[in-house]
Amino acid sequence: MVVKVKLFATFRRGRFREQDMELPDNCTVGWVLDHLNIPRRQLGIIYLNGLAATEDAVLHQGDTLSIFPMVGGG
Amino acid sequence: MFGWQGKILRVNLSDGSIKPEALNEEWAHQFIGARGLGTKYFFEEVDPQVDPLSPKNKLIFMTGPLTGTFASSAGRFNVVTKGPLNGTIAASNSGGYWGAELKYAGWDGIIIEGRADRPVYLYIYNDQAELRCAEELWGKNVFETTDMLKEATDEEAKVACIGPAGENLVKFACIMNEYHRAAGRSGVGAVMGSKNLKAIVVRGTGSIKVDNPAAFMQACQDARKKLREHEVTGEGLGAYGTNILVNILNEHGGLPVKNFSEAAVFPNAEKISGEYHAEKYLVRNKGCFGCTIACGRVTNIPQGRFKSSGEGPEYEATWTFGSNLAIDDFEAICKANFLCNELGLDPITMGGTISCATELVQRGIIPRTVADLRWGDGAMLVDLVRKTAYREGFGDELAEGSYRLAEKYGHPEFSMTVKKQELPAYDPRGLQGIGLNYATSNRGGCHVRGYMTSPEVLGLPERVDPDATEGKPALLKTFQDLTALCDSAGICLFTTFAIGLPEIAAQLRTATGLNISDDEYLLAGERIWNLERLFNLKAGFSKKDDTLPPRLLKDPMPGGPHKGRVVELDKMLPEYYRLRGWNEEGVPTQERLQQLGLA
Repeated sequence: MVVKVKLFATFRRGRFREQDMELPDNCTVGWVLDHLNIPRRQLGIIYLNGLAATEDAVLHQGDTLSIFPMVGGG
Repeated sequence: MFGWQGKILRVNLSDGSIKPEALNEEWAHQFIGARGLGTKYFFEEVDPQVDPLSPKNKLIFMTGPLTGTFASSAGRFNVVTKGPLNGTIAASNSGGYWGAELKYAGWDGIIIEGRADRPVYLYIYNDQAELRCAEELWGKNVFETTDMLKEATDEEAKVACIGPAGENLVKFACIMNEYHRAAGRSGVGAVMGSKNLKAIVVRGTGSIKVDNPAAFMQACQDARKKLREHEVTGEGLGAYGTNILVNILNEHGGLPVKNFSEAAVFPNAEKISGEYHAEKYLVRNKGCFGCTIACGRVTNIPQGRFKSSGEGPEYEATWTFGSNLAIDDFEAICKANFLCNELGLDPITMGGTISCATELVQRGIIPRTVADLRWGDGAMLVDLVRKTAYREGFGDELAEGSYRLAEKYGHPEFSMTVKKQELPAYDPRGLQGIGLNYATSNRGGCHVRGYMTSPEVLGLPERVDPDATEGKPALLKTFQDLTALCDSAGICLFTTFAIGLPEIAAQLRTATGLNISDDEYLLAGERIWNLERLFNLKAGFSKKDDTLPPRLLKDPMPGGPHKGRVVELDKMLPEYYRLRGWNEEGVPTQERLQQLGLA
């Protein structure tokens, strides 16, 4: 299945900005994080189709997964 | 006194008198400093019904006990007055270096009264202060004024001044310090302009004594370690600035588009994002006094029709000049932001007002013969910012803010304001807690009175469901009270991404010797919040003003992740009043006022 993965801020360094990734069926957000070597210590926000999600969430064909490090502003 | 300098300067512009006086120690203990202490002085001295632009209004510059010390990010001061944009209590908070310099000159604050016959500026050199002629400065922009005043006084002096917008009584003019930092909201610059006061120049060579130097240094080091080690304050804000929020709020579905009239998702968000800014235009980051976070942006547009350089834009300015006007030209956004700094304008209200005007034109409410405004036009934006500061043509109408503009044309419902102040960059239909914060903010539309974006979007200090209303009133109350304490201590609100009440209280205790518990310090924040509320009630505000524009309460979000939602304010407001100890009309009960020492 294909999932659109979007990375932001420091997570783009050495990776990518946006990619349609071919992923194994029923894989989880956590699997993608491992695959991309994203350190959990830096992990901030995960959006799955615009709604906050956790590492356990199961991905489906056509989903958009957005991953941010811990960031703030105002 | 320790932490506090124990002195304030009272300047009457009508008769030219300048008098030092002892700081009211009892008030300092109850209201801490800056926002809280400034509000206490204002509340005791000024009639809440005063016309904000009359000589009877006062303008109070107040620092906190931590301002200018080694505490974390302690460069803040507040300007307290009755704001001309909406008539609420205005406490406008600024970073930079001016506040620390005032402390080094030996003063906690300055109370400005009356009105000068001719333009003047106030020059303070330690314990000496004098009013000087500013006729040559009148009409100069912020950068020219700052340069001329440093030349005329002392190159090490720090300058807080107004630009043409303040002189021309634009209702949302700000007071700038050290070129780029602003006491930005509520129109405090127009009050300064109404008094014919162009600038306050300060040079201080003294120091600040603290109660327990060794314990204070330890408390500061503990806080600084947490700031350094936290992902947000240690790396994120320095690398990307506040603009990092563009992509986050866009992914969240909370980035307002076209005056909040469309789904809060902007297709070209990437082109105005913090990442894009850092990659293409960022020269370096920059900090205010004593700040380890250094979120400021030094930005350069090297070529093209918007060729320019300056500081910012912050997230709020990027949004208000960006997606809120459907503009994806980051260079135009930067130019408009630089102009706001140069001319002394609040970008949030500037962009919100242009956005409202554009919707009114698009709906045929404002005739195109009056103003031919379009979405997505960067050159038009830059032109309108300049015209507003000088009140040229249609700029004269924009200079009154969106509420007066929309009301004039018979449709105030299209003004996206609370208590007539423009909303910032979060569509509350996707963040219920921010909606409650907007409705209850003591200065009207504002995000930094209780920054619910932190738990609702950023997950700090812990994640809560943005669509839920349960638990939001209690969480918001804590955020509002803690923010009031933080603003009054003289440290930057951004420190609270990494530190909390224990660290703030520890720094305050060891600096001032005011040995009260953490909870009592938080209670001081609540006391300040209620004092602001009491002022607004006496100024004529009531429960009916604790609301949101009808669009956010009645029109379901048109699309995006929060499609179909409205702000469920009626589910949250009664509980909020109850938790605050206010009656059903939003009036603090006598019992709660007694508990807070306000009865």
